[in-house]
Amino acid sequence: MQLLKFIQQPWHWSVSGLLIGLTVPVLLILGNKVFGISSSLRHICAACFPANITFFKYDWKKESWNLFFAAGILLGAFIAGHYLQDGQDTQVAAATRERLASYGIHDYRALLPPEIFSWQQLFTWKGLIFFVIGGFMIGFGTRYAGGCTSGHSIMGLSNLQWPSLVATVCFMAGGFASANLFIPLIFKWLH
Amino acid sequence: MKNVKYLLAGVFFGIVLVKAQVISWFRIQEMFQLTSFHMYGVIGTAVVTGIISLQLIKRFHIKTLSGDPIVVAPKKFSKGQIYGGLIFGLGWAITGACPGPLFAQIGMGFSVVAVTLVSAIAGTWVYGAIQAKLPQ
Repeated sequence: MQLLKFIQQPWHWSVSGLLIGLTVPVLLILGNKVFGISSSLRHICAACFPANITFFKYDWKKESWNLFFAAGILLGAFIAGHYLQDGQDTQVAAATRERLASYGIHDYRALLPPEIFSWQQLFTWKGLIFFVIGGFMIGFGTRYAGGCTSGHSIMGLSNLQWPSLVATVCFMAGGFASANLFIPLIFKWLH
Repeated sequence: MKNVKYLLAGVFFGIVLVKAQVISWFRIQEMFQLTSFHMYGVIGTAVVTGIISLQLIKRFHIKTLSGDPIVVAPKKFSKGQIYGGLIFGLGWAITGACPGPLFAQIGMGFSVVAVTLVSAIAGTWVYGAIQAKLPQ
């Protein structure tokens, strides 16, 4: 029980980073698989809606390990979310809490604010921006960039690939612009 | 089933993503508002761990479980890493997720994120459809 209590606390960044980094050699040793998750979205398109598009004409079944890995993430998160949480509020920096309060976000009980991430928001402007447009940018952007945080920022940088460094710098630049310019504007406009 | 091991690797990774809180919209806002070191610590440690692991694999010619040599293809540069990277970055801060965390957010109980995932699949599809017309 002591061990379970220990695991249920939020993990320190060094432990978390170490375990995420170890996914790189684990996948290589398991079967020469290159860490990267956004490819799973492409395989889903190739499997379900290829629509005679050249980009989706390949043997996706050969890459099906990636879909199993993605399904595993879903399952692992279910286990962690239901059995490995300590029930405490998410600890967030005071300066960020202050900024989020001005957006109307006050609920820190989970890892995501219910003021945005709930079904009631789906058919509102908030839902359109945070789910539909945001999701579209993730799918379009990662495929155009040839990878995401896992494929470029972790796998690519681990293999000292400069194109992955370019991609990572652009991910960060986009994120800074979004969090400091666009998100404040979106909430200003919504209220 | 040879794919079960990847499912298990995914389960492990999914647990880590939740416990590391890197799938938290709050943590992503902190990272981009520069109010917490957490995300930088996680990503930095992960990259250092990955670099050391790959160096060890190369130095000691470590093989896969089935005895094959480990090979990692180099990444090719394209303008997509700039344009696509910026577009993804914008979406990352808005949703608080990259593709892996989308699966994790759904798994931990935020079922509405399934809409975000469907939209991300649509984004990938549209990229595939117009790829030839985009600067590469």
